[in-house]
Amino acid sequence: MLELRDVSVKYGSFTAVQNVNIDVSAGEIVVLLGANGAGKSTVFRTISRLNKASSGSILFEGSSISKSSPDKIVKSGIVQCAEGRRLFPMMTVYENLKMGAYVHRSHRNKTKDSMEYVFELFPILREKQNDMAGSLSGGQQQMLAIGRALMAKPKLMLLDEPSIGLAPLIVEQMFEVIQKINSEGTTILLAEQNANAALKIADKGYVFENGSVVLEGTSEELFSNDEVRKAYIGA
Amino acid sequence: MKILKRQYIILAMLLFAIFFPLLTQNEYLVHVMTLSFIWMIGVYGLNLLAGYTGYLSLAHAGFFAIGAYSLGLLTVKTQMNFWAAFVLALVITSVIGFLVGLIALRTKEHFFAIYTLCVGYIIYLVIDKWDSLTEGVRGLIGIPAPGNIGPISFQTPLSQYYLVLSILLLSVLVMYRIIHSLTGRTYIAIRNSEELAQTIGISTIKNKLAAFVLSTFFAGLSGALYASFIRFIGPDIGHTVITFDLLTYLLVGGIGTLSGPIVGTVLVVWISQQLQFLQDYRMLIFGPVLTLLVIFYPRGIVGAIASWNNKRAGRTKQLALKDTQKDDRFASSEIAPENQVKEG
Repeated sequence: MLELRDVSVKYGSFTAVQNVNIDVSAGEIVVLLGANGAGKSTVFRTISRLNKASSGSILFEGSSISKSSPDKIVKSGIVQCAEGRRLFPMMTVYENLKMGAYVHRSHRNKTKDSMEYVFELFPILREKQNDMAGSLSGGQQQMLAIGRALMAKPKLMLLDEPSIGLAPLIVEQMFEVIQKINSEGTTILLAEQNANAALKIADKGYVFENGSVVLEGTSEELFSNDEVRKAYIGA
Repeated sequence: MKILKRQYIILAMLLFAIFFPLLTQNEYLVHVMTLSFIWMIGVYGLNLLAGYTGYLSLAHAGFFAIGAYSLGLLTVKTQMNFWAAFVLALVITSVIGFLVGLIALRTKEHFFAIYTLCVGYIIYLVIDKWDSLTEGVRGLIGIPAPGNIGPISFQTPLSQYYLVLSILLLSVLVMYRIIHSLTGRTYIAIRNSEELAQTIGISTIKNKLAAFVLSTFFAGLSGALYASFIRFIGPDIGHTVITFDLLTYLLVGGIGTLSGPIVGTVLVVWISQQLQFLQDYRMLIFGPVLTLLVIFYPRGIVGAIASWNNKRAGRTKQLALKDTQKDDRFASSEIAPENQVKEG
């Protein structure tokens, strides 16, 4: 579904990501593991075309998207749920979700259905739909961020560190929901530092270090890999 | 309760505007009020771009002047029918706005402000120096008053007052519709974070350009009305001083609020009139007051009132029971634009 071929990204003369190859097949959950600054977010930003790849190519469903504009990429079905729960804080929960369906703005009924789907997934958002997004708790904001991304009906959702800064119990819920979204047909590419939780739901993973992929394999392979255990699971 | 009150305020303001010329026998005051209405239309244009979309354009007086000069030149030099010239003036301003926007919007934040400042100054210089077309510093004399629409003529100051008032009301209505539509929320999303807007599929280039062109359209509308009302225009109307006047009205009233342009313009124009005996020393009062206002109330007077209301509403809300929450939806989305804080 999504293929990155020898993708490199530079910020000025600094190479943030070097010759990365990633394959995501339809229906999978794929996780990118790595410490802060390893290049995971840069890869996400490059897929969404917020950054430009300095070399290499990105293919989505067989056609190159390396030259599309960010809004065209959302229309083609790749939606990013950015790190740090970035919302429109001065809009209500309802308005935030509505904005998420921007690319489907001419189909009102579809938008209503998606909204219902999001409310079923996160009942708390229905309750708080008239509250300002800025007034929500961290966990609720993350739910809203995911909900808003779902409103665009993505084929592939990019989730950048959904567990960051959340209480362990909430993290667990979040991963359950991610698994549910995936089982209902959305392919997921996930960036995480919480390897333990992420590998439990993922099909396969890539380990990033200093902008390159140093290890890749199925979840089981990575889970039983000594170095991964030492670096990310701590056992 | 709150919405009801808001409606009363709007109604009171409207009635006051309608009956104002009948309340005062002073023709000069009617003249000043008409002029304020004309400025307001221009301030609304600036508000859409700087207040809601987050792009502070300092070329606004330039586009105001383009509107004014287009109307003036078309009516004086080509003897065109007034309303045809009026429409054409708006088209010309918008087209130039489109072309400038294409380039200007490649820059952001203060670079955008600096770039548009230069564009504005160049427009002023072109008008000032292009003697053969614009008559240069001598200015353009003899611009006709608005032509008749059917049986209605606009030769008297009173009829012009009502013409300008109607166009202002129409402009406010259009602004209201824009701000409370998906388009308006798209502009606010861009102001909030352009990157975030892109990740939900908003084409920021197209939307910013649309906001820019709309903003220049209102500047042109304001300028064309000015030319037909004052009937004499000189290059000074395109000077950056005018841009900063408009910006002052907007900042005092409340940038990024719907009623800010009205409140700010009326207040500043009225106070300047009252302080005229001080001549240029007025600025000794205006300067510090404006600075204090921007520091303590970055969203102007309207923003300050809205935040007081919110605080009070917040207190009552805590007391209120859950079952009233449904009715709140409309109210809170009404307050929404006033809640948005953004660098002035």
